[in-house]
Amino acid sequence: MSDPRIAGASVTHFGKHPERTGRDLFAEAGLEALSQAGIDPDDAEALYYGNFMGELAEHQGHQGPLMAEAIGLDVPATRVEAACASAGTAVREAVKTIRNGEAEVVVVGGAERMTNIGTAAATDALAIAADDLYEVRAGMTFPGAYALMARSYFDQYGGSHEDLAHIAVKNHEHALVNEHAQIQKEITVEDATEAPTIASPLGLYDSCPITDGAAAAVLTTESYAEEHDLDAPVAITGTGQGGDNLALQDRPHLAQTPAADKAADEAYEDAGVGPDDVDFAEVHDCFTIAEVFAIESLGFYERGEGIAAARNGETTRDGDRPINLSGGLKAKGHPVGATGVAQLATVAWLLDGSHPRADAVPDSTVGVAHNAGGTVASTTVHIMEVRE
Amino acid sequence: MTESAQDGEYDAWLDSIESDNGYYLECSNGHGWLPPRRVCPRCHDQDLSEVDLPESGEIASHTTITVPTPQFEDDAPYVTAIADFGPVSVTGLVRDVDPDDVSIGDVVGLDVGERVTTGERAVVFRPR
Repeated sequence: MSDPRIAGASVTHFGKHPERTGRDLFAEAGLEALSQAGIDPDDAEALYYGNFMGELAEHQGHQGPLMAEAIGLDVPATRVEAACASAGTAVREAVKTIRNGEAEVVVVGGAERMTNIGTAAATDALAIAADDLYEVRAGMTFPGAYALMARSYFDQYGGSHEDLAHIAVKNHEHALVNEHAQIQKEITVEDATEAPTIASPLGLYDSCPITDGAAAAVLTTESYAEEHDLDAPVAITGTGQGGDNLALQDRPHLAQTPAADKAADEAYEDAGVGPDDVDFAEVHDCFTIAEVFAIESLGFYERGEGIAAARNGETTRDGDRPINLSGGLKAKGHPVGATGVAQLATVAWLLDGSHPRADAVPDSTVGVAHNAGGTVASTTVHIMEVRE
Repeated sequence: MTESAQDGEYDAWLDSIESDNGYYLECSNGHGWLPPRRVCPRCHDQDLSEVDLPESGEIASHTTITVPTPQFEDDAPYVTAIADFGPVSVTGLVRDVDPDDVSIGDVVGLDVGERVTTGERAVVFRPR
């Protein structure tokens, strides 16, 4: 079994590009990833592509072959939908395909066009990742769902909105040098705590923005990379996926994310590493509280202790284990179907030293990507390691 | 979904609450769920029976939503909560309380109300 190598990766600028079609966004990322990999496109054998709301934003289903065509490939193309974890789940399919020996070269990516339909319609579209009968019809929005989880966390473990503000401040600061990021603006704790409320206790700065963008990566077998003399030092050595009840009301705990626990356990075991081996992580901070759930599920913190990590400076770029050096979804932006592959690309660039924040994690050898869908009813975790 | 078609067991469940006969589905091992369900997701038991919902529950978490979807535009700001009724928890809109006065642990009853924006039925909680 060969651990896939990341031979090339690319992300578009994440931001407001309402006039750009999904296929053009993905073409930019996909063609650049193929170019970075330096492979013959004819060697690509499959595309796994993440997209969540293409039907609602672009009236476009059946995006697999459309996106393969957009990057000039005639390969079996499969769209993967797992809400905000669509691209992470696509990565997992690509990893399995390569490990199973079914392909030597696989392209994985994702794209989302969101701002063209406006904030209200995008909020409506995002809500379909929740249970329509029992949640959406009770007025639940995505900020609302995470607000319910945040309030439950505060009630069970303690913590405050100010603790969450420190996460927003950290991720905004991390994004200042990321030219792909949607928001490159330093904020203060006061900015975050005094921002308008979206869904109490969460405010504007607890939420990631609505984003257009795409990401792509080229994965190959180790032997293909060696035979073609590719510069591909980073391998995906562990993959995990977990699920949970779709509706929050059906879960035993509102302040825990067992789907991510399961995904992390599986990925660590697969890679043969543990939380203590991890140098840094890119996690799914669609809302500030989501970063807390992520770092607890990844085993970096006990339950109830992740809330103080940013405030204590442990997850900042000069901390012991930096979290979201890209700026996270919070500042980098969250084109839903692209996020999991953008995380993969970020981890690879941090490990190979080419990311603008790589100086925060010199000599690092193990990075993690955590991608969550809905209220963490779907999660993928991928472990990446340097393998010269 | 066409306008005239109902959502089967879900609308029947709302009907039951409206007629004060609200129920939940319970498997042989006592796990509770709301319809439609054919199997207990926790223990695979397919022997689900209708059991009367407790008359009151406690708010487990709540949020006041100020940025709604278009379907709740005229409802905002409104309170969405999850209330714990013991074997099951239910998501609903909190009515008849100032949003600032809603707290975890508040005792509420289950009812069916209307959304302000669309007039469609919705699960609502009222203080008990």
